[in-house]
Amino acid sequence: MIEISHVNKWYGPTFQVLKDCTTSVAKGEVVVVCGPSGSGKSTLIKCVNALEPFQEGQIILDGIKVNDPKTDLPKLRARVGMVFQHFELFPHLRIIDNLCLAQEKVLGRSHEEAVAKGNKLLERVGLTVHANKYPAELSGGQQQRVAIARALAMDPIAMLFDEPTSALDPEMISEVLDVMVDLAHEGMTMMVVTHEMGFASKVAHRVIFMDKGEIVEDAQKTDFFGSPRSERAQKFLSKILSH
Amino acid sequence: MNYNWNWHIFFEPNPTGSGTYLDMLVSGLWLTIKTALLAWIIALIFGTVIGILRSLPSKTASWIGFAYVEFFRNMPLLVQLFLWFFVLPELLPRAAGLWLKQLPNAPFWTAAIGVGLFMSARVAVQLAAGIASLPRGQKQAATALGLTLTQGYRYVLLPMAFRIIMPPLTSEFLNTVKNTSVAITIGLIELTGQARAMQEFSFQVFEAFTAATVMYLAINIIVVTGMRFLERSLAIPGYITGK
Ligand SMILES: Nc1ncnc2c1ncn2[C@@H]1O[C@H](COP(=O)(O)OP(=O)(O)O)[C@@H](O)[C@H]1O
Ligand SMILES: [Mg+2]
Repeated sequence: MIEISHVNKWYGPTFQVLKDCTTSVAKGEVVVVCGPSGSGKSTLIKCVNALEPFQEGQIILDGIKVNDPKTDLPKLRARVGMVFQHFELFPHLRIIDNLCLAQEKVLGRSHEEAVAKGNKLLERVGLTVHANKYPAELSGGQQQRVAIARALAMDPIAMLFDEPTSALDPEMISEVLDVMVDLAHEGMTMMVVTHEMGFASKVAHRVIFMDKGEIVEDAQKTDFFGSPRSERAQKFLSKILSH
Repeated sequence: MNYNWNWHIFFEPNPTGSGTYLDMLVSGLWLTIKTALLAWIIALIFGTVIGILRSLPSKTASWIGFAYVEFFRNMPLLVQLFLWFFVLPELLPRAAGLWLKQLPNAPFWTAAIGVGLFMSARVAVQLAAGIASLPRGQKQAATALGLTLTQGYRYVLLPMAFRIIMPPLTSEFLNTVKNTSVAITIGLIELTGQARAMQEFSFQVFEAFTAATVMYLAINIIVVTGMRFLERSLAIPGYITGK
C-alpha cells in the first residue's frame, strides 16, 4: 500500500532530515513510528502524502508514484487521511461543516450526502450532539476525534497520524486511542507516529524506530519490544517506558 | 478677535446658484462618501490579491507582493495622485493621454483609484500578517484533505485571516475616508473642498470647517459602528482571537 524507498530529504543546502529511509506498509497493516523529538518522524509521514517534498528516492502509494510531477496531488491526498498533533480543525466552521467541506469541494458530493456521511462518522466517534458546535467549544479529545472523523469522511485508503495524542491532557488520551484501536481492528491501513507504547503493543503489527533522520529499527512488534537490536532503540524504550 | 459668528449661514443661498451653503457641503459629503467607498473596494480587492501573493511560498510571488507594497506605501499619497493625474496622461501615447484628460469626472476616478491603490498596499500588509498568524497546520490540514491551494485559501485561510484583521481593517477604512481629502489637490470638490469654497465665498471659516468636521466624524461613527457589527456577526463561538 505504502512503499517508501531510499528517501533522502534536505532542509536547505546542508541539513539532511531524512537519510535513506526505506520501509513499507502493507494493506491493513498498522505501523507505529517512534523516536526522539526531531528525528524526522513527522517529516517522513508528511512525505507520504506529499505535504513535504523530498529530493531523492521514491514513495509509491497504492500504485501511484507520489513524487512524480504528473501525479494529481490533491486527488492523491484526498485518498489518504491525516490527523495532526494540534487537530487543525477549521475554527470558523461548525463541526458538521468541518466534516463536509472536503467531501463537497474535493469529492464533489452533494451537501445532503456529505451531511449524512458526516453524521454517521460523528456518531461513530460519539460526538453526534456536538454537530452544530464550533471547534473551540469542544475539549481537545473531542476535537481530535472530530479530526479523525473528518479524515474518515473522505473514505481514505490509509490513515496517517502525527502524534495524535501528544497535545492532549492525560485524561483525554484514551478516548482518542480507543477510536484508533477500533480503526485498526477494522483493518484500516495506518501509519502512526506516537509514543503511546500501550497502543503500539495492542494493535501495531510493526514498529519503526527513527533517530537523526534514519530508520534505525524496523521490526515486528514482538521483536521490537522483546529485544530491540540497536542500542539507541533500547535507550529510547527504557526512557519512555519508565514514564 | 473680531469674528462674526453666523450659524445661519448654512441656510443662506450660495453664490454658485446650487442652493444653500448646506447643500454645497452635503454635495461634498456625498462625493467624499462615493470616493471613499470606491477607493475602499479597490483597496480590498487589490490588497487581498497582493496580500495572498505575499503569503505564498513562491519567491516570485512574494517578490511581486513586496515590490507592490513598497511602491504604493512609501510614496506620499499626494505624489501618487499627481502621478496618475498629471504625469500618466503625458506618458501615454498622445491619443490615449488626451482621452484620459478629457474623461468626465477625471478627478473622481483618479482619486478613487489613487487612494484605493495607496490603501491596498496597507490592506495587503495586514492580510499577509493575518495569514501568517494562522497556525502552519491549518494550511497543511487543508492540503491533506485534498483541497487545492486556491480552495485552501478560499475556504480555510482567508475566512480566518479576515476575521483576525478586522480591527486594523476598520482603521484602514477610516484612513481611506480621511485620505480622500487629498484629492482636493487634483480638483475634486469633496467635503474638504466644499468647506473651503464656502469659506472663500462667505468668510465663515469656523462654521464651514466645524460643519465639515462634524460630517467627517459622522462618517467615522458609521464606519466604526458598521465594522463592529460585522465583527460581532462574524465572531466564532468559543474562539478567542490571539489564542
Ligand atoms: N520546515 C522546516 N525547515 C527546516 N527544518 C525543519 C523544518 N521542519 C522540521 N525541521 C527540522 O527537521 C528535523 C525533523 O523534524 P520533524 O520531522 O518534525 O521531527 P519529529 O517529528 O521526529 O520530532 C528537526 O530537526 C526539525 O527542526
Ligand atoms: Mg513531530
